[in-house]
Parts: sequence; C-alpha cells; structure tokens
Amino acid sequence: MKALVWHGKNDVRVERVPDPAILNPRDAIVRVTTSAICGSDLHLLDGYIPTMQTGDILGHEFMGEVVEVGPANRKLKRDDRVVVPFTIACGNCYFCKHELWSCCDNSNPNAGMAEKLYGYATSGLFGYSHLTGGYAGGQAQYVRVPYADVGPLQIPEGIPDEKVLFLSDILPTGYMAAENCNITQGDTIAIWGCGPVGQMAIKSSWLLGAERVIAIDAVPERLRMAREVNMAETINYEEQDVFDTLKTMTGGRGPDKCIDAVGLESHGATFDAYIDAVKTSTFLATDRPSALRQAIHACRKGGVVSIPGVYGGFLDKIPFGAAFQKGLTFKMGQTHMMRYMKPLLDRIQSGELDPSFVITHRVPLERAPDMYKTFKDKADGCIKVVLKPHPETVH
Amino acid sequence: MQMRATSINLSETERLASALGGALLAAYGISQRSKSGAMIAAAGGALIVRGATGFCPGYAAVGIDTRRSDTKEALAGSRGTPVETAVTIARPHDELYRFWRHIENLPTIMPHLVSVKDRGEKRSHWIAKAPGGRTVEWDAEIINDDENELIGWRTLEGSDVVSAGSVRFKPTGQGETMVVVHLQYEPPAGKVGATIAWLLGHEPSQTIREDLWRFKALMETGEVPTTEGQPRGRQSILNYD
Repeated sequence: MKALVWHGKNDVRVERVPDPAILNPRDAIVRVTTSAICGSDLHLLDGYIPTMQTGDILGHEFMGEVVEVGPANRKLKRDDRVVVPFTIACGNCYFCKHELWSCCDNSNPNAGMAEKLYGYATSGLFGYSHLTGGYAGGQAQYVRVPYADVGPLQIPEGIPDEKVLFLSDILPTGYMAAENCNITQGDTIAIWGCGPVGQMAIKSSWLLGAERVIAIDAVPERLRMAREVNMAETINYEEQDVFDTLKTMTGGRGPDKCIDAVGLESHGATFDAYIDAVKTSTFLATDRPSALRQAIHACRKGGVVSIPGVYGGFLDKIPFGAAFQKGLTFKMGQTHMMRYMKPLLDRIQSGELDPSFVITHRVPLERAPDMYKTFKDKADGCIKVVLKPHPETVH
Repeated sequence: MQMRATSINLSETERLASALGGALLAAYGISQRSKSGAMIAAAGGALIVRGATGFCPGYAAVGIDTRRSDTKEALAGSRGTPVETAVTIARPHDELYRFWRHIENLPTIMPHLVSVKDRGEKRSHWIAKAPGGRTVEWDAEIINDDENELIGWRTLEGSDVVSAGSVRFKPTGQGETMVVVHLQYEPPAGKVGATIAWLLGHEPSQTIREDLWRFKALMETGEVPTTEGQPRGRQSILNYD
C-alpha cells in the first residue's frame, strides 16, 4: 500500500510499504477512505516531538471501511463504515472505566519510555512518535486499528465522509476544550489560535452557552473564518496588543475563560516569543509557550485556562505567580474521545453541526508532502487539508 | 551457548576492587609515558579484565573461588540488588494468582524468557535470553505458596542466576488487585553487569516493570499490546533502537 512516511525534520514522503495485518485478537484493518493532516502533525514535521524514527507512518485523523477483524472483536464486521479516534483505548482498565480514555493504561506498548518522561504512561496514539506507542498512522491506504472494539464509531450510510471525519480528533478536541471551561451564563471565552481546533472550540463555546467569544490569531483567512463563519470577535496579535485589547473589550475584568488552542509551537510578535524561538532552536527549552503565557496573564481572577494545544516537554517562564494569585483553574490533556464522538455524531446528524467548513484543500495522498509544506507555511489560504488515499473513493 | 557459573570465581567486592584498582594503575601507568609505565598500565588492564569478567586465572589454577553459592548467603546483606515494584490490575486476585502459579505461562508476559518448565514438586527449570545471543539457565523452587495471595521462590544451587523473590496479590476492595513483586537478585555478571546493563538501558528493575505491564494488559484486555509486524517505511541506520 501507499503511506506517508516520516524521514526527519521537514522530510515526509509517500512510499510503498507492506499492507498491515491483524496482530492481536481485538484488532481490525480499516481501508482508509478519507484522512487529514492535523496541526499537531506539524510538530512532528518540525522535529519537536521526541522519539520519532525514520520510516514511521504518520496520520491520526482518518475514517474508512472495515476490511478485516480479529477473532476476538465482536463489535465490528467487514464493510462497517467507521471513524477512528486518534487515541487508542483498551476499554478495560481503571482509566477507561472512568472515561479517561486518553489515559488508558494498556494501549501503549512503550509504557516504559513514557513513564520515564511523564511519570506514568498515557494511551497509545496513531502516528505520533514512539513515546505514544509507535503505532503506524492513517495517512495511508490501510491501517491496523488495535482494540478496535472500543474506539471506532460506526457511521450510518448517507452522511458524507467530510461531515464526520473530524469526529476523529479536532471536533471532540475543540468541544472538550470548551467543556473544560465550564461555561456559565454571561461568560466571555477568549481563544488563542484560529486553526481547526480553535474554530471547533469557537463553535463549541457557542453550543455550550457562551455570551461572547473572542478569537486571537494573525493569519487573515483564519481570522476571517472565525468572524464570518463562526461569529467570533477577533484580535490580530500582530496589529494589536492582546492583553490590553482583551482587557478593554471585557470592561477591565478580563475574559472569564481562556483556551490555548496553539500548543508548543506558538508564534507571536512579543519579546518572549522571540526568546523562545532562540531557546528551542539551541535546545535550551523544548516548547514555545507564548500563547499559554498570554492566556494565563489575560485570564480574569478565578477564571479557567483550558489547554487543547499539545505540549510535550518542559516549559520556560510560565507566569505561575499570576496563575496562583488569581486563583486560576487549569484543565488540559489529550481528548477523552469516546465521551464525545457519539453525542457529536448525533448533533451532526440533526444538522446542528457541520465541521466540514474548515476544509480548504482536498488532495490525493500522493500530494501530502507538498500539503504539509503549504499547511506549515499557511500558504494558499490553507486551514485544513483532507487526503484521499484511494483514487476511486466516492464518498 | 551458556554463560557457565564456573567461569566466575571472584566475589563482587573483589571484582569491584580489581576493576577500580586496575583503572587507577592503568591511568597512572599511561601518565608516566615510559617503558615501566607501560608495564604498570598493562598490569592495570589485566586487573580491569579480571574485575569485569569475574574470572581470575591464578585463582582458577589453585582452585580458589571467592563466590558464595548458597542463595541465602549470596543474597544476604548488601550483596543482592533488591527490586520492588507494584501494579494495580482490574481483575480478581484469585485469577491473577492462578495465571502466575501456572509458571509455564510466564514467557507470555516475559519476552526475555525462552521457556519455563514445571518439573513438579514446586521445582522448575528456566531458560532466559542473555546478551550476545546467549542464554542463561537456572532451576528454581517455590518456597512459599499461599493460595490466591502469595508465591515466593528462590533459585537453586548451581544456577547462573542467583535470585529470590515473591509476588503478592492483594485485593483492593474495588474488585481490583494490587500486585507487588519483590525480587532480590545477583545478575549473571554481578554488580558490574547490573551497572553496565543500567547504562545500556536494560536494567532488571525496568524489565520487571515491563513484565508487570504486560501481565496487567493481558489479564485486563486479553492481549498484550504490540506494534511488532506493522508496516513501516524505509528506515535509516541512525534510528536509536
């Protein structure tokens, strides 16, 4: 089959690789009908996530048809149409039973590696370094899905792929980010980052009853999407001082809840952002958290900082004093996917939600390497790239 | 090929002293930059080899063995390396006990074992993988067997590996079981070996933790997670593992 393979920093290629096979009794093999490039894949492209190996197949947002199931899998059958969540969960351990799916105890075969870095190992992920299991990802024609009787969500016929594809990651991720804000009547939500997760977080904040949503970015088409499609107020951080503007917009009180939908490769036009860029490029720090610093600084007293953006290592100069003195609450982590997939599918089926609005590019898998570059450079109005691994796919 | 117990005839203390002393002599010898210095360095080198291998040809010639062969004595005091590790498994304790007590099951969760043969009367024969494609073998006996609660074992005299240990199954009250493994071991190459293994990332305590994760995954989910055999693209020789 064909798959997108990581070869090093800024080097991804589409190659012929062996087809996947069932390796464990609960596995399934999925023929991928639609896949996508995630903003967090750019962290892999840029070499920010440790424990990548040349030859690793990327991709963790995908859906398709079941072509083979393992002997112990009693949930799926051949030809089922499924969306596969990016986190892998066993369904049996303490954490799965408590719906903390992304904290699954059993799905990461490299638990030792993760334990060294994080104290405890979290769930396996598709195509996202060996620290999270080293599972081959879904920017490929076929994928092996472990514990496939737990994660994959069956999709009824009649709904196009593009409407449900983002149940695999960004829609539940944006939704959990908003839910973590514990939105109450009258709340103003400020969201750093108007990429796909930021857009989903804006939509979800409205769904959960926000009074105002203010979105922060510097890419014109992303700000325009936030304003025109998702009805948010916007701040361009290259043109306005974020803290002063937010403070004024909220009558001096500050936003009630803040969402960092940027993560470890924050850009930004502030002095600290430049210092971070120098430090990470000289290995003095691993992550660039300037959006997170702003969110902590700008959040109102007693507010919530919700973090769907990915962090992987050690952060420098986090204004923890501000967080403590203002009594902030922090909520973060990889999304507990299976809590949200079915309820959000219901909202899609009822017409209440259609996350396909973020898609700007649709290309065959062969063009994925170019698209990584386009997406990274935010060129050509690129916000979300959808990949078609099989030329004949009709969905 | 096996690493035979007879190829080691030095005690741990003597091996460490030999290796360290040898290193000092070698460093001194080299710093002299002279003929006699070279001889001192060579003698130091021989001592390092003696410490690292645990074998002294001189002792062998006259039949001296400073190792002790009795398990209890060998592991007494500071000699054994103790390891204790725990994992909580969402299965009843009797089920976990039964899996473990059927010791021929253990290679399923311990991939470094080649085989375990139950020889009856609480005795068993173990074969494990060792560095360089070799194997080590030992005989063990269960010295403590409290049904559903505890299994204790020790290796028998004449084994390549000297160890004693126990696994305890404690119900937590929420239908889960806390499994605690306590192990006291003297690895094949002694403390020198443990140090080298630690530097190379194959420390026994880490191995035991990984065995326990596999045990937990197998008992909770019915399978051991793996990526072995999955597709991948062309690899570079620069990969770290």
